[in-house]
Amino acid sequence: MSEPRGGKQAPKGGGHMGGPMGMVIPGAKAKDFKGTLKRLIGYFRPHRIQLIIVFLAAVLSTIFAIVSPKLMGKATTSLFSGMIGLMQGQPKEIVFDFGYIANILLLLIVLYVISALFSYLQQYVMAGVSQKIVYDMREQVNEKLYRLPLKYFDSKMHGDILSRVTNDIDNISNTLQQSLTQLITSIVTIIGVIIMMLTISPLLTLILILTLPLSAIATKQIASKSQKHFIGQQSSLGELNGHVEEMFTGHQVVKAFGYEKKSQQTFDQINAKLYEAGWRAQFISGIIMPVMSFIGNIGYVLVCIVGGILATNGSIEIGDIQAFIQYTRQFTMPIAQTANIANLIQSTIASAERVFEVLDEEEEVPESTQPVTIAAPKGKVEFQHVKFGYKEGHLLMQDINLVVKPGQKIAIVGPTGAGKTTMINLLMRFYELNGGAILIDDVDITCMKRSELRSLFGMVLQDTWLFNGTIHDNLAYAQPETSDIDIIRAAKAARADHFIRTLPEGYKTVLNEEASNISQGQKQLLTIARAILADPTILILDEATSSVDTRTEVHIQEAMNELMKGRTSFVIAHRLSTIRNADLILVMNKGTIIEQGTHDELMEQEGFYADLYNSQFAESTSAG
Amino acid sequence: MMRLFRYLTSYKWPITAILVLVFVQSLSDLYLPTLMADIVDVGIVHGDTFFIWKVGGFMLLVAAGGGLCAIGASYFSSKVAMSFGRELRAKVFNQVEHYSLQEIDQIGTASLITRTTNDINQVQQVLIMILRIMVAAPMMCIGGIIMASSKDAKLTLVLAVVVPILALAIFLIARKGMPLFKAMQKKLDKLNLVVREGLTGIRVIRSFNRIDLEKRRFNEANSDLTQTAINVNRIMAALMPIMMLTFNLSAVAILWFGGIRVSNMDLQVGDLMAFIQYATQIMFSLVMLSMIFVMVPRASASAIRINEVLDLHSTIYDRSEPVTQTKTTTPGTVEFQDVTFSYPGAEHPALTSITFTARPGQTTAIIGGTGSGKSTILNLVERFYDVTSGAIRVDGLDIRDLPLEQLRAKIGYVPQKVLLFSGSIADNIRFGKEDATDAEIEHAAIIAQAGDFIASMKGGYEAHISQGGTNVSGGQKQRLSIARAIVRQPAIYMFDDSFSALDFKTDALLRAALKEEVEKNQSTLIIVAQRVSTVMDADQIIVLDEGSIAGMGTHQELMQNCEVYQEIVRSQLTEEEIA
Repeated sequence: MSEPRGGKQAPKGGGHMGGPMGMVIPGAKAKDFKGTLKRLIGYFRPHRIQLIIVFLAAVLSTIFAIVSPKLMGKATTSLFSGMIGLMQGQPKEIVFDFGYIANILLLLIVLYVISALFSYLQQYVMAGVSQKIVYDMREQVNEKLYRLPLKYFDSKMHGDILSRVTNDIDNISNTLQQSLTQLITSIVTIIGVIIMMLTISPLLTLILILTLPLSAIATKQIASKSQKHFIGQQSSLGELNGHVEEMFTGHQVVKAFGYEKKSQQTFDQINAKLYEAGWRAQFISGIIMPVMSFIGNIGYVLVCIVGGILATNGSIEIGDIQAFIQYTRQFTMPIAQTANIANLIQSTIASAERVFEVLDEEEEVPESTQPVTIAAPKGKVEFQHVKFGYKEGHLLMQDINLVVKPGQKIAIVGPTGAGKTTMINLLMRFYELNGGAILIDDVDITCMKRSELRSLFGMVLQDTWLFNGTIHDNLAYAQPETSDIDIIRAAKAARADHFIRTLPEGYKTVLNEEASNISQGQKQLLTIARAILADPTILILDEATSSVDTRTEVHIQEAMNELMKGRTSFVIAHRLSTIRNADLILVMNKGTIIEQGTHDELMEQEGFYADLYNSQFAESTSAG
Repeated sequence: MMRLFRYLTSYKWPITAILVLVFVQSLSDLYLPTLMADIVDVGIVHGDTFFIWKVGGFMLLVAAGGGLCAIGASYFSSKVAMSFGRELRAKVFNQVEHYSLQEIDQIGTASLITRTTNDINQVQQVLIMILRIMVAAPMMCIGGIIMASSKDAKLTLVLAVVVPILALAIFLIARKGMPLFKAMQKKLDKLNLVVREGLTGIRVIRSFNRIDLEKRRFNEANSDLTQTAINVNRIMAALMPIMMLTFNLSAVAILWFGGIRVSNMDLQVGDLMAFIQYATQIMFSLVMLSMIFVMVPRASASAIRINEVLDLHSTIYDRSEPVTQTKTTTPGTVEFQDVTFSYPGAEHPALTSITFTARPGQTTAIIGGTGSGKSTILNLVERFYDVTSGAIRVDGLDIRDLPLEQLRAKIGYVPQKVLLFSGSIADNIRFGKEDATDAEIEHAAIIAQAGDFIASMKGGYEAHISQGGTNVSGGQKQRLSIARAIVRQPAIYMFDDSFSALDFKTDALLRAALKEEVEKNQSTLIIVAQRVSTVMDADQIIVLDEGSIAGMGTHQELMQNCEVYQEIVRSQLTEEEIA
């Protein structure tokens, strides 16, 4: 809401016109207010000139608006003395100086027009500046996100990061757009109005200023009372949202177990709590405006009385009273607003701080300055004394050594948390090693560009990430310029072609945001097709096929085997049956490779793998 | 939006009170300038100090009265708005609780959550604004016009010119701005979507080297949003100056024409001053109204989404009059008779002509490929969806003739996607049977092979499960979800691929314990699975292929005559194991 400024607009005791200003929502506080503010101001630097224009325009438009009531008062005074003269029986041609009044009014019109123009100019320029600043900030954060190591994303909730990129930056944008110029105009108005009032009557000014602490105290009292209820409201709302989220996501279970009534009861309880806190918070904060305007009215009445008495003994002119009344109205508004803006700026700085926190996160280790390119990748992979831990001071892998020859199929098995996925993460350099080295075709992967390294791999991950777009675009993700024929061939290889064609729009079917319009297994088939299309040197399947039934999986694997001929591949799978034909099986436990060899070799060892294998098929042998 | 406000009719008394209070308060605000005019025209002109004090005191009383009315109005409006929000929320929640899965699929869980929470808040917020501002503004406007014309009817002609001009200006700007506001919201959503996808797909994006592409997508969305935001703000930048200018110019006009009338003795100066203040109030109320027009479109989008929920009724409900049928089979029997089912809008049915009977004390296993319709069968028994044709009978009764509550009380269901709720482990198991004793809970946990890991957790059965069960592993979640079904001691057990996250050893132990329990209670057991080892000792195995039954019988029988089954088996077991 932009603040009304200018000569005449001050509302008379608009008790209900509180609007959003009545809301006192507990805002977050910044940890380092000054430092963050300084840094935020840094973003203004490229727009210096525009900002100076905004500032000048704001000041000028306010000054012109402040001068006008006094001028208008002069016209009123002239009219009043005319009226008195008329009452004393003098002819109206003599007592009314319409030439003088016309001059004043013409001057007023000019002032008002100029004021309006400047005000428009200020808003117009600010719109560009604030949006561009926010644009830059968004770009910066987004760029940053792609330079952050995966470690960062592991430790943070997606919701939190998302809210920094969107809500917090939005918050900054709104403040820049509205509050900043309001702050300038409010301050100029307060100072200007006080000066103008003093020139009219120091006594009246004193009376008015005396009412100020009154409204400050009242507002503070009410605000602190409502704060408590707002916090209550916020926490009930959080509780309610939590319950709704849980019950809706668990809908199937809620229904199956006949839990609807109980869930509704809980909901009603929280809802009632929310209502109690909510209406109190709203009511108390809603009082602020009537109280403020009542205090404003006290000032108004006092000015009328004292002004009237002063006028009777001729020490003040009638037009000055009129002007003063207008100044009274202009005065209380910006004061209330400045308090409000101060709160807004607090929360904006807190938002800015949260954004800067992202920008300050430690980035990935920079790329090697002289990157090595593997001209004809063969797919030899070597782990040399690899040490690694996700957390500092806590090593998961102590000393991993491994040599994979080009074209080999490597299977990694072991219980959850054994480090199977970690091997892949390290291979792709999603994380940095704590010691040792990983070599591909005898080149240390840290000597290669990350993009170069990752282009060697095709991955099918545990989580089947697809984006909101057509199936065609999702498949062509790695090579946007792939021909339709290649896409269909890949889909066929992944046994996805059939189901895609049963969808309403075939390859042009748009996956919705959660990709919930296809099943988990189907998603997996699509990611497999995507990996096939990427045509990598090394293929990685990370428990990829767990949602696909075994029969389909066999079909896919036939396709894969064909595709993988002559290429290195890593497979992580639960089902031991699918990896029996691997060239090398790595059995991992607690971050180390405890056994390795082919299926037959490992079975002969009668170790961990043999145990695992037998337990899987214990039932089947007894039944078969 | 108006449709939602229908629900306000139950608050007609408090709303009437608000209207009256606001009206009195506007009157008191309008009365003040009149009194001021008296001070000027009587007190100052005649130099009557006592009169000035008297009127001044009266003004204070009027102001105080107005303030009290405003506080009263605030009291009622907060109560009305908040209880409106409360009722609407309860209504929407209740509606969704009655949805079948079909409706949930249609709108989407995430969207339903937003609709029940944020969207309702949004509407409630606007209602508060409306009760505070929109009610006051027209009264102020009308009151102002009445007072102004009572002072000087001819001078009111100035307002007759200015007010329409102002209204037109607001209308024009709003018409230009509003679609842009809507567009901006959409673009903001788009940007959020890109960021969210970037976050969830970060591994894929990096491994496919698509960072540049994602950056470009973000940049497009960002530039697009920024351009719209600049346009919106530039248009809105005109609003305030134009309104101020109209205000001020009309004051000048009033002063000029009023001055002429003063010189003709038609008007007194004090009245002229009051007149200017009335004009101010009238125009200010118009500005207030214009603010509502900015807020309403935001909330009306929410209102539309809420109405969608309220309009969508569950297709699955209890028969209004209970049908009495004689039971013909032993309790726990589940019969499918020529059942065909299509998901809404689907080209091909998900299930075609399914006929089988699952008997008490026996295990019926369903196996088949991804998308072959295994889970759908269980969903149909729970009546999450209704069959398209054919019939499902439980205890010999068509399930559509059974009250939903009764039907579901018979079933212990373990869904494919494990869902736990925040609360203790005991709470989660007790979800299956509200009045379960500790001994029953423990017994269920032990059968579900969850006893050991629960004991090892801090707090044992009282250990806290966080929302969505994120602090226990997939296998542990699955076992708790199984215990939840066991504690019900149901006539029918249904397991939807519920052993997938268990290692083979635990799987085997669990099934052995479960078998004992089922035989003891003569329950019906229906298991959906992908592993042959899980189903091979079932009394009856149903092999599904693309929604139809490809074979039915024991493992040995199917090995003889069902090609699809043989293929599945070959894909999982080695030669010697099959033999």
